Amino acid sequence: MKTIFEKSIDCPLTHHRISDSPLIAKKINEIIPDIYLETDHGYGCDEEHILPEVSEVELVRHYVKLSTRNFGVDTGFYPLGSCTMKYNPKINEYTASLPGFLTHPYQSSNQIQGSLELLYDLEQKLCKITGMDAFTLQPSAGAHGEFTGISIMKKYFHEKGETKKFIIVPDSAHGTNPATAAMCQYGVITITSNKHGEVSLEELEAAMQQRDVAGIMLTNPNTLGLFDRNILKITEIVHRYGGLAYYDGANMNAMMGKCKPGEMGFDIIHLNLHKTFSTPHGGGGPGSGPVGVKKFLTEYLPNPRIVYNDKKYTLSEVATKSIGKVKAFYGNFGILVRAYTYILMMGEDGLIRASENAVLNANYLRSLLSTEYKVPFDRICQHEFVMSDETLKNECTTLDLAKRLLDYGFHAPTIYFPLIVSGAIMIEPTETETKETLDTFAQTLKKIKTESIREPELLKKAPISTVVGRLDEVKAARQPKLKFEN
Amino acid sequence: MNFPNNLKYSKTHEWILKQDDNIALVGITDYAQHELGDIVFVEFEPAGENKSKGDTICNLESVKAVASVYMPVSGKIKEINPKLLEDEDFALVNNSPYENGWLIQIVMSNSDELSELMDSTTYQQFVEEAK
Repeated sequence: MKTIFEKSIDCPLTHHRISDSPLIAKKINEIIPDIYLETDHGYGCDEEHILPEVSEVELVRHYVKLSTRNFGVDTGFYPLGSCTMKYNPKINEYTASLPGFLTHPYQSSNQIQGSLELLYDLEQKLCKITGMDAFTLQPSAGAHGEFTGISIMKKYFHEKGETKKFIIVPDSAHGTNPATAAMCQYGVITITSNKHGEVSLEELEAAMQQRDVAGIMLTNPNTLGLFDRNILKITEIVHRYGGLAYYDGANMNAMMGKCKPGEMGFDIIHLNLHKTFSTPHGGGGPGSGPVGVKKFLTEYLPNPRIVYNDKKYTLSEVATKSIGKVKAFYGNFGILVRAYTYILMMGEDGLIRASENAVLNANYLRSLLSTEYKVPFDRICQHEFVMSDETLKNECTTLDLAKRLLDYGFHAPTIYFPLIVSGAIMIEPTETETKETLDTFAQTLKKIKTESIREPELLKKAPISTVVGRLDEVKAARQPKLKFEN
Repeated sequence: MNFPNNLKYSKTHEWILKQDDNIALVGITDYAQHELGDIVFVEFEPAGENKSKGDTICNLESVKAVASVYMPVSGKIKEINPKLLEDEDFALVNNSPYENGWLIQIVMSNSDELSELMDSTTYQQFVEEAK
C-alpha cells in the first residue's frame, strides 16, 4: 500500500496556495516581524511546505483502507495477558458525548454541578469496590497512579521524620513497579517467588528486618494469574516493620465483588479504569489510574479534591499535607464518564459476574491447553495464566508461536513476561469471550504445536497472511529508521 | 554451550578473568546471552566509581527483556569496552561473550573474593539445574 505522500505524486496538482489568494496582498514577512518567523530551521517561511495533495475521494479511500488494517478488540480476540483488553461497550461512547458532559475545565463549579456529582459518586463507588476510604481521579494512567501512590508514601514518611530508602518489589511484578520506585528515588529490593509462584515470606521478613524499607508494591492476583494465599501475612509483616503496602490494581478484573484490596491490608492502591472498567486501552486511550488510600493517608491525596458541602460540589484545596497536583485540571474526564457508565450499567451483580466469568474463561482455556503446553504453576488461576514454550518442537520459540497466531486471525498474547517463566506465553481471555471463541483459540494453539513438530517452517516464517510479514526486530532496535523516505 | 576453564563464574551469570594481580575483565556468560536473546542496547554505569560485589555494572536490553549485570567481586570500573560504549556494536555480547563482547575491565579491591566464585564445572552444573 502506498503512503499518502506517494499517492500525492500520482495525482495532478489540485491545491490552492494562500499566496495565490487575492485576499492576501501582503507577504507574510510584511505582516509578522522577522524575529517571530522561523527561518533558520531549514523550512523557512518562504519555502513551500511539502504536504500531500490528493482528491477527497482518494483521501477517504486511503484512510478507510488503513483503518481496516487495524486489529482491535472490536475486530477480534485479544488475549493480551495483564492488559485486560476487554470489550469497550458502545454505550460508554454515547454517555461521554452527551451535551451536558461537554464542559470546559475553566467553567465555574456552579455550571458543572452534574459533572462534579458524577466524579464524586465515581470516587464513592471505587471506594466501595476496593474497600478504600478515599480516591483521587487525577492520575491519567496506571504508572501515573503508581507515581502518585508512592509519592504519597514518601511524603507520609517525610512528615513522620523517617527516612526510608527502599521499596520491595517481587520478581513477578509489573515492570512499572520498580520503575516507579526509582522515579520516586527509592532503591528496589527484588524478592523471589517461591515454588508456588507466591511471595517468599522468609525473604520478605528478612528484607523488612535488615533494610530501611518504605513498603512493598504488589499485584494480587500476581502476573502468573495466581492469587497469593499469604496476602494477609504479607501485609501484616510489612506493617509490623513500619512499612506501607501498595496494591497495583492492574489485575483487579479477577477481584470485583470477591476480594477488596482494602481488606487484604493495602494502604494505597491504584486502579486501571482502561482495564477493569472497560474504557479504551492502548492506542484508543487516554488511560486513567485513580488512586485510593486508607483514612490516615487522605490528607496526602493530590489537591484539588471534590468536596460536597451544603448541597454543592466544589473542587477545593482541602488536603492539608497534599503531594500537590498531579494532572492538569481533574483527570481524563471523558474516560471517567465512561467508567462510571460501565459501573452503573453492570451494577453490583454485574461486576461480580464479570470477574467470575473472567476467571472461568481463563481456567477453561488453561485446562484445555495444559494437556498440550506446560503450565508451570498449574493450579486454579484467576483472570489469566502463563504457559511456557517447553513443548514446542524443532527450536520453535514463543515468538514464532505468537507470530503464527496472527496468521489465524488472533492477536498474540503477552510474551516473554513474566520473566520467571521461560518463554512465557501469558493469556488473559477476559469475561466477554464466548465458549466458541475460546474453543477455536485453544484448537488453534494445539494446531500450532502440531505444526512445530511437522512443519516448523510455518512457525519460523510466520506471519505470512498479514499485510506486513516478520519484521527484523533486532535490526529495528539496533539501527532504527525513524523517518520515512521515498 | 561453552564455559571456558580459565574463567570464574557468579550465580548471576557473570564471568571474570583475572588478567594481572588486581586487574580483571568482566562479561556475561554464553548461557546468559542465550537466555536474554539479541542484545540491542547496553547502558553502563560510569567508569571510575568504586563498587561493591553485587552492585550494578550495566543494564542489558534485549528484544525480550532488560536485565542488570552485577559486579562479581568488589572494585573500581577501570574501562568500558569501547566497542560497546562508542561503536555500539552490541551484537558482540551475543556472538563473542567471552572475548570481543567483554563488558568492563575492573581494578579489584579484594581479589580474595575470586575464591567465592564458581569454576567452570560447578557453573555448568548450576546452569543445568536452573534449566
